This record gives sequence, structure tokens and C-alpha cells, in this order.
Amino acid sequence: MMSESDPVGAAPREALLQVENLRIEFPTRRGVLVAVDDISFHINEGEVLGVVGESGAGKSLTGASIIGLLEPPGRIAGGEILLSGRRIDHLPYEDMRRIRGREIGMVFQDPLTSLNPLYTVGRQLIETIQTHTDLSEQAARKRALELLGEVGIPAASQRIDQYPHQFSGGMRQRVVIALALCINPKLVIADEPTTALDVSIQAQIIKLLKRLCHEHGAAVMLITHDMGVIAETADRVAVMYAGRIAEVGPVSQVIKHARHPYTHGLMGSIPMIGHDMERLTQIDGSMPRLTEIPRGCAFNPRCPKVMERCRLDRPEPLPVGNSQVACWLYDDPSAEVEEIVFGEAENG
Amino acid sequence: MADRVEAMPEDSGDALVRVTDLAKYFDVSPPWLTRVLQNEPRLSLRAVDGVSFDIPRGKTFSLVGESGCGKSTVARLVVGLYRPTMGSIEFEGVDMASLKTRAQMAPVRKRLQMIFQDPFASLNPRWRVADIIAEPIRAHGLMSDDGEIARRVGELLEQVRLSARDGEKFPHEFSGGQRQRISIARALASNPDFLVCDEPTSALDVSVQAQILNLMKDLQRELGLTYLFISHDLAVVYHISDYLGVMYLGRLVEWGAAREIFREPRHPYTRMLLDAIPDLEMSGRQRIPVAGEVPSPISPPTGCHFHPRCPFANDRCRTEMPLPIATATGEVRCHAVEEGRLTEELIRAKRAEAGIAN
Repeated sequence: MMSESDPVGAAPREALLQVENLRIEFPTRRGVLVAVDDISFHINEGEVLGVVGESGAGKSLTGASIIGLLEPPGRIAGGEILLSGRRIDHLPYEDMRRIRGREIGMVFQDPLTSLNPLYTVGRQLIETIQTHTDLSEQAARKRALELLGEVGIPAASQRIDQYPHQFSGGMRQRVVIALALCINPKLVIADEPTTALDVSIQAQIIKLLKRLCHEHGAAVMLITHDMGVIAETADRVAVMYAGRIAEVGPVSQVIKHARHPYTHGLMGSIPMIGHDMERLTQIDGSMPRLTEIPRGCAFNPRCPKVMERCRLDRPEPLPVGNSQVACWLYDDPSAEVEEIVFGEAENG
Repeated sequence: MADRVEAMPEDSGDALVRVTDLAKYFDVSPPWLTRVLQNEPRLSLRAVDGVSFDIPRGKTFSLVGESGCGKSTVARLVVGLYRPTMGSIEFEGVDMASLKTRAQMAPVRKRLQMIFQDPFASLNPRWRVADIIAEPIRAHGLMSDDGEIARRVGELLEQVRLSARDGEKFPHEFSGGQRQRISIARALASNPDFLVCDEPTSALDVSVQAQILNLMKDLQRELGLTYLFISHDLAVVYHISDYLGVMYLGRLVEWGAAREIFREPRHPYTRMLLDAIPDLEMSGRQRIPVAGEVPSPISPPTGCHFHPRCPFANDRCRTEMPLPIATATGEVRCHAVEEGRLTEELIRAKRAEAGIAN
């Protein structure tokens, strides 16, 4: 499927994180639901991979499975997750605990739930630093102070002894970023890090996350529903739909020349300042529930370019330019793909 | 606000809703005993502090701002869920405060309806969709015959692009976008002229948001509706609005024709909000980085509320509250604009400075 010369398609050997054919299932009384269905991707060292999709696409589950925080009854039912070449998807709890924080840092959406309300932020930072290093209490506190300064918390030496509720939302998210980066992890998984914040704060947090990860040499898996955040931050982007990756490629490619009809429709449905449109592109219907994912390509009932084959066979990712696209339109490399136009159909 | 009539001559005669010097203060004092024992003063939160604007008939007026700026409070004041502390709201020239009894209020009430942000919280989970939509019809006594009501409910469901058969179902059987359609159908049930929409698409995914925004525009055209649209998302606001007001800590810092404000923002806060939007087109445009956070509305900064975050603030901004100045299509409250300090060169210099800092 993947050509050797393709710079994006084949995962380079030195890829920091490699996910191969990952499958996440939820057993229920009425049968097994497949939430993430056979997805593969990689993240290189120091790279920012954006994972974008609408609610229920499986993006957060993918992130949770990498850090080993998939909540039961969800389970990894197939595939492998490799960090620096080492399999981490079936490690015992204690081993995984050592990887979390030291090798993989995490930033979640709601900073209030990721911080313990009963401890000062300093206590939480020092505890994390001491868990993973041999630093003394004094040295750890010094390091914590440095970190708080680095994430832009004013008067860090006073605020280090305050509790999370004394911080504003944006400041709390800065503390969470300090926590995620305190042991210099190689990978940070950021799940909707700015969704709960106001636009002006969001812009500051994105900039901070980008700068710090660059300085610390950490790669980032940035999970979000906001294409704007991806455009500002990511090097590559994977677009997820109904538990599968529709398209993955360099961010400018995906944003400016979306190949998959879903990505194309998604981009058209985002209102943009300066673009005067009477109507936004409308992808009719909604993402299928896990119980009723259609056969073949999961997007086929909503796709304006649907073909007979899409209803029967499931498309695998195919290299198109620098991207990989799971769509039968690109099966024949010589064929020209006409512009994808979504209908003006009114039924939702 | 005498300038307003000159500012909008063509619309001033046909304003469906006129809000004048509207204010809402909330009492957030500690309990009486605490005040007495610890000698603490009463505290009041000025959620909305002297806001004035007009909404012309058949148009969309949007209010944008960050959380805590008072935009949702304005929405609730306009539909009558809160009583204003000061100021007036006129609906078709009738002052809402003059309507004292239920009987006086009823004919106005059915003509203004509200759509809420969270379609999971705003629909009763134990009621069938048909009953939810029929509630305003029954409450306002618009129809009494059950068959007639059922027909009207079917019509409303089809108007929001659902099927008449969906009335038999319960809200949990629908997705977020479909639920928001049901909220819209319920709001339309009493044949309103004016809809107040408080972040109607903020809880939805982008592709579903596009469906709802398209539907709202279609309905506006078909039924001649007037919208007050509350949002924090400037791109959505750009798409849907004719007029735009930007709020900061309870005050309207700038308002006017939406296209005009987007093309030529005047107030430094409006500029900052526009600069904060992620650059989706990856054009690499130069922007002034955003700094600081919204201060507490309980003790807002003196003078212009925005001065601690404003790159152009001077001593006058720190002490004196700016008054509205008329612009081509609206008003702006800024000393720097009034004094002509905010020149293109200055802004370009600030941007270049920021570019180096980056």
C-alpha cells in the first residue's frame, strides 16, 4: 500500500511514536462496538501531529489508549503502540505509570479536573518531579519555580503556594502544561487543551505550548475539533471520521487542498472572516452512531462523490501527493478527481 | 446617545428593538452576618453597565465578547428573564417596563422567543418532541383543537428540516444538531418576530454548526425574523450578522455594521479579538500578540476597563471613562480613537515590534 519514496506514508524507522492497526472496542450487552477501527499513524521526534475530528470520531480514545488511560470496558482489541521502538500497549500498570509523566506528558481539556484541589500547585509539581527524579525537596521546588516562570505565571514565587481555585482558567492551564513538561517528556498528548478557554487566552496557550515543546524538544499529539488551532500549531494533521483516519498529511496540504470528501466538506463548513458566503457548505446528516457504522467507507451515505464500490469495500489509506487518503476516488492515480461539491439538499 | 439618530438615519425609524442605557447589577455581597462580624462592605457586580443599541427589523444583531463580559445577561434582560437595574428596552416602541400585568405582557411575550446554548439541557427529557413544540401554542392559547395543534407541530418540524413523524420521539433519540432544530421549532411555535439566540451553535460540531447557521439564515429570509445573536466566535458572527456589538466587562466598547467593523475595527479590544483568531488560511498575517486576562467584573479597572491590556493606553485611559463617539455606522468608546492617536503607523509599529519579539 505504501510506496517507499513517500515521505509521509511510510513511518520512518526513527519515529518516536508508532501506532499500528490500533483497534479499540467496547463490549456491550448488545455486541461489541468498535470505536477505533484499525488506524495507523506515527509521530516523529519534535513534531506536532494534529488529530482533528468531530465528537465521537475516536480521537480522544486514541490519545487515551496511548497513555494507557483507556477506561474500562473500553479495551485495545488489536494493533500495537510503540514508543521509541518499544511496545507500550500491554505493559503492566506500574511500568505504564513510570512512562506517564516521564516519557509521555498529558494536558487535558479541563484544567480544574487535572489538578488536585486539595494541594497547592507547588506541592503537585514537586511531587511529580520527585516521583520521576532523585532531586531533593529543595531542588525540586527550585525546578518547579523555574517551570512556573517558564509558562508565564507572574509572581511565581508567591503563587507556587496557592491552590488551583486561586488561579484563573488560563493560568490553571499554564500550570497543567508546566506539570506535563516538568520531566522533559519526549511526547506530550494534549487533548483539547484550549477548548474551555476564551479566544484571547486560547491564543496565548497555543503559543506557549508550541514554544515550550519546541524548546524542550517534545513531540505533541494535539487532539482538537478546531481546525484553526491545528493550522496555527501542527506540522501534520490526521482527520478522523467514525473511528477511522480519513486523511493524514502536511497541515498546509490538508487545509488548502483537502483530498478526502469529508475533509473538504469540513473545511467548507467552517465560517471564515473575509469570506462572504450566503450559505456554508453543508454536509447533510451526522456522523453515524457506533452501532450503525455503514459497510464500506463510513462516510458513504453523506458523500457527494459516492460510488458503488464505496458501499461495499472499505478504502485503505492510499498515498496522494504528500498525504495519505482513505478514499476510492484516489485508487487510480492517473484519474483526475473533479471538484467535490456538496449539494444544497435541505434535509438534515 | 443623541448621536444615534444621525448615525443610522435609514434604520432608526424601523428599529424593532431599542435598548437604551441598559444596566443590570447583581448583589454578590457576603451574607449579612459575615458583613457585620468581619466588617465587610456590600458588593455589587455590574454585569451590564450602560449598554445602548438598536436592532432594525429583519436584521441580525450580534453581541460578542469573552466570558463574563455580560453578553448573556443582555440576552436575558431583553427577553425579560431578568429585570433591568436601569435603562429601558423598547419592543416596537413599547417600553417593556411599562407592561405590569401578565395580560399586558402576553402579546409581547409570544412575539419574542429564546434559543439556548445547550440543547441537552433545554428540552425536557420526559416529554415527547410534539409536546415540547406544542407547549408555547397551548401556553399562549393560540389554538385549542388537538388536531390543529398536531398539524401545526408537523409543519414546524418540517420547517426546521425534520420529519413530522419525529414528534412521536423523545429528545434522547436525537443528536445535538437535531435537538437544536427542535429548540428552534419550539421557539417558532408562537409565530415570533424576534429570536434571542444565546450561543446556539457553541455546543455543536462544526459541520452541524454549519447546518444550523444555514437553517437560521433560511428561516430569517422565509419568516422575516429579527435575531439578537450572542456568540464568542467571531467567524460565526461574521457569517451571520448585519450589525455587531463588542462587549467588554459590561460595556459595549464598539458597535456598528458588522462588515464595517471587520474591515476596519476601531477599538483596540476589537482589534485584539480579531488578532486572537487562529489563522486558518495560514496567510502568515502580522498580529499583535494577545496579553493578559479579563479582570474580575466585581472590581473592574478604573477609567476604560480595557486599559490594563491595551497597548495604546495612557493616563487619561486609566482615569476617565470613555464616552461613545459616533462612527460611520455606530459608536466606539475609546480615548485613543477620539484623540486620533490610533494611527495606522502606530499599529503597524506595534505589530512589527511583536514580530521581532516572536
